[in-house]
Amino acid sequence: MAPQSSDPASPNFRETIIRVRGLEVGFGTKTVMKDLDLDVYRGEILGFVGPSGSGKSVLTRTILGLVPKRAGTIEVFGENLDDLPPEEHRRLERRWGVLFQHGALFSALTVKQNVQVPMREYLDLSDRLLDELAMLKIEMVGLKPDAADKMPSDLSGGMIKRAALARALSLDPEIVFLDEPTSGLDPIGAGDFDELIATLQKTLGLTVFMVTHDLDSLHSVCDRVAALGDGKVIAAGPIETMLASEHPWLRSYFHGKRARAVMG
Amino acid sequence: MPEIDPEPTCEIEDGGGTVRVRLNGRWTATHASAVEKNMADLVAQAEGGRVILDLSSVSRLDTLGAWVLDRTRHELGDKGLSADFTGARDEHRILLDEVAYRGFQTSQPQKPGTIVDFLADIGRSVVGVGKDFAQGTSFFGEIVSALVKVALNPPRFRVPAVTHQLEQIAYRGAPIIALISFLVGAIVAQQGIFQLQKFGAIAFVVDLIGILVLRELGVLLTSIMVAGRSGSAFTAEIGSMKMREEIDALRVMGLDPVEVLIVPRILALLIGLPLLTFISNISALLGGAVVTMTYGGISLDIFLVRLQQAIAFSTFMVGMIKAPFMALIIGLIASLEGMAVQGSAESLGRQVTSSVVKAIFMVIVVDGIFAMFFAAIRY
Ligand SMILES: Nc1ncnc2c1ncn2[C@@H]1O[C@H](COP(=O)(O)OP(=O)(O)OP(=O)(O)O)[C@@H](O)[C@H]1O
Ligand SMILES: [Mg+2]
Repeated sequence: MAPQSSDPASPNFRETIIRVRGLEVGFGTKTVMKDLDLDVYRGEILGFVGPSGSGKSVLTRTILGLVPKRAGTIEVFGENLDDLPPEEHRRLERRWGVLFQHGALFSALTVKQNVQVPMREYLDLSDRLLDELAMLKIEMVGLKPDAADKMPSDLSGGMIKRAALARALSLDPEIVFLDEPTSGLDPIGAGDFDELIATLQKTLGLTVFMVTHDLDSLHSVCDRVAALGDGKVIAAGPIETMLASEHPWLRSYFHGKRARAVMG
Repeated sequence: MPEIDPEPTCEIEDGGGTVRVRLNGRWTATHASAVEKNMADLVAQAEGGRVILDLSSVSRLDTLGAWVLDRTRHELGDKGLSADFTGARDEHRILLDEVAYRGFQTSQPQKPGTIVDFLADIGRSVVGVGKDFAQGTSFFGEIVSALVKVALNPPRFRVPAVTHQLEQIAYRGAPIIALISFLVGAIVAQQGIFQLQKFGAIAFVVDLIGILVLRELGVLLTSIMVAGRSGSAFTAEIGSMKMREEIDALRVMGLDPVEVLIVPRILALLIGLPLLTFISNISALLGGAVVTMTYGGISLDIFLVRLQQAIAFSTFMVGMIKAPFMALIIGLIASLEGMAVQGSAESLGRQVTSSVVKAIFMVIVVDGIFAMFFAAIRY
């Protein structure tokens, strides 16, 4: 892949959809990340890796505005999130979908109702369309139709992931944030999941920010991979760049026993 | 993003047997009603022959648009027309294939309640009460057996858990209970003085306060407050632990949730509620004394002398004896409701409400039964 260019005239120009600069986040006396820079380009699938507890979820939540930051700027769709008035912020939230690490389905609603929540809130749909569209999303993520009327507490771990993805996709967002979408799925299911993400990216021009530990996903669907370590992005680029990296964690991550097993 | 956002429209060209429909603009969820209307009109108008949907100038298509288009193709098909897409860009073609219209059998919404439903509801409630009672009894048995086990094997007695609960129930609950009892004592005294004045019997207000507070009010107020404060907390704690499988985690570690979670709470209630009742009694008497002094003009000395004549140790005991029973009722109902919590946040809320309501109701019923009992034995 050619190097990215920030010059609009260049043929390699890619619009930056999320731009994070000098981000510092911490809790109490503990600093989770400092001086973190990250770019996500429109229409790409970015895989985000890093050791457990390194702050991948915290970074995602900070971009979404759920965790306060201590310093730095975050721009999404070219707008600085700090400068946005609340209504603008709401408009922006309509354009992204989020799959939380633990699903975060509304426990009092059925799967179908969960998927319909954003639709009811933001769209003006006829009852029939509301119903059909929810069922469509539910089937697209690989759930059986009879799961639609189940309560979240009656779902298996993998079904929760899928239902949460259906909800994240319900408005056809421009960006989806996925926090470990394939963990807890069987390998075939995870493969389907990746395929679905790739299809949606192709057809809807979706930008995907995906935190994952799944080496298969990183190889098969991610256009670029970024790695978080010591509170910074230690490397970012196509998978080949990562494989060539000399960073000790990346070396053991991509060249360890399990990685070799995946890559053959 | 100030983007031109053209509404979806379609131009229909009737070319003798073949209808060409040219779609323009954005066929997306933001324009859902326009998308649906355009297509519904098309289906209504079309009659016989072939329909070609030309997608070449669609500026944006999302899953909703694709779904409605494919649905329309099927609906035209059902009317005996042949319908096809042309000019779709690659990504639109993939999307159309991905959504691929199919009918969903959707569950019908339930019809509104009728008299039958109403009767069925009543029946269900009655059965529910019966079940509650049976469950309560078996649960009571479990708790007693856990208590006996702990008593036979003192090392299993969880002292820190009990003291922690005692702190929550008694220590933290004392100020508010003292305050409320003080106020109620004062109000009873004020009303007593006001009404007894008419008969020139102001002095009897001391008897009224002494007997009413010690026999009934102290323990009732305390139990109701504890049911509201601590009973609800138990239900919420146990319920949320149940929701997040923490109870199951305890079980698979070989720990008995009844012994670990419920026994300490019930023991703490059994100790705490009588203590609080005592505090409540004293505060209410104090409240009564203050009002009789200021409003009734009876000095503290006379108040105390009359109080001594009016009440006996048995008056005090009637109230105190009831306290452990109330504790047991509150603890039992709170734990039972907590264990009944299902997966959803809504069910947690429902169970907490029902815990408090049932506990207060049962406390009052049991108090009534005690009143009849003591009257019968002339205690
Ligand atoms: N609300 C919070 N308060 C205090 N510390 C927190 C909070 N949330 C997260 N942390 C800390 O921030 C660090 C990063 O957590 P994070 O959840 O982002 O890890 P992660 O990279 O997503 O790990 P995993 O791959 O296991 O999901 C951890 O050390 C965690 O303890
Ligand atoms: Mg995480």
